[in-house]
Amino acid sequence: MSKGMPGTHTPRGIVIGHGEFAAGLVSAVDQICGMAGKLVSLSIRGLTPEDIETAIQEELARTGARVIFTDLPAGSATLAARRLVRNDLGLMLVSGVNLATLLDFVFNTEASPEDAARSAAERGKASLIVIERS
Amino acid sequence: MGIHLYRIDDRLIHGQVVVGWGQPLNARFLVLVDDLVASSDWEKELYRMAVPPEMEIFFADVATATRDHAKYAADPRPGILITGDIDGMLRLAKGVKAIGSVNIGGVHYRAGRGEKLRYVFLTPAEEQLLRALEGSGVEVTAQDVPSARAVPLAEVLDGESK
Repeated sequence: MSKGMPGTHTPRGIVIGHGEFAAGLVSAVDQICGMAGKLVSLSIRGLTPEDIETAIQEELARTGARVIFTDLPAGSATLAARRLVRNDLGLMLVSGVNLATLLDFVFNTEASPEDAARSAAERGKASLIVIERS
Repeated sequence: MGIHLYRIDDRLIHGQVVVGWGQPLNARFLVLVDDLVASSDWEKELYRMAVPPEMEIFFADVATATRDHAKYAADPRPGILITGDIDGMLRLAKGVKAIGSVNIGGVHYRAGRGEKLRYVFLTPAEEQLLRALEGSGVEVTAQDVPSARAVPLAEVLDGESK
């Protein structure tokens, strides 16, 4: 599927989180739809707050991506991303990312990165459900 | 109750603090002691938004934290106090004799620092500051998360545990 889709390997989002969280999510996106090329994964392991900010900045510059996905609202990746968003109009941060969020984002290629990020966040929120025996 | 954990962590407030330690300690307040953060409304708002609603956060520079420590210690809720560097904790401990133990939670790589543990990198000057902290009667151990072993300072400094 991915081979036939235009722009599949142009990253639009950067996923960053603790441990192997980001790589795992991107790997899951790839397994489901083969569109891991739309995303870049980063880990904060062993990095200072300044290093995290620099790593994100470098990937933004290298890829042209305009959306950052982080795992935990209280995490240092989120704090670093918020510093970047503060100084860069049009850069978006989605915190609390999950697989449903990323799948919506990578398929939403017609929308602007900003609209795609908003839509993806809504999809991610809606994917959290509790099921119990009634 | 009062402060259950005094932690040195250059990431200040992040997942390990809020969730990793905050949950098992049932922490209901954080004291972020950092001269730069305390002087910036934007930085304070940044960290305020990073803590869950059930946690209150206080910001203080070292001088204010020294002055207000008795108030934190008397708080009926369990709390965590964090400094972003070793120097800040040493200055605080000099003014607050009630600090019995300090946790090194994260001092990450920077030019001039050597690796002691996976999450602790120190310059020779920082090693001296930690020795001074321990020399003042404070137990100093390194432990990133509660499930890890608390590594005594002497062991941290000899680098054998990395």
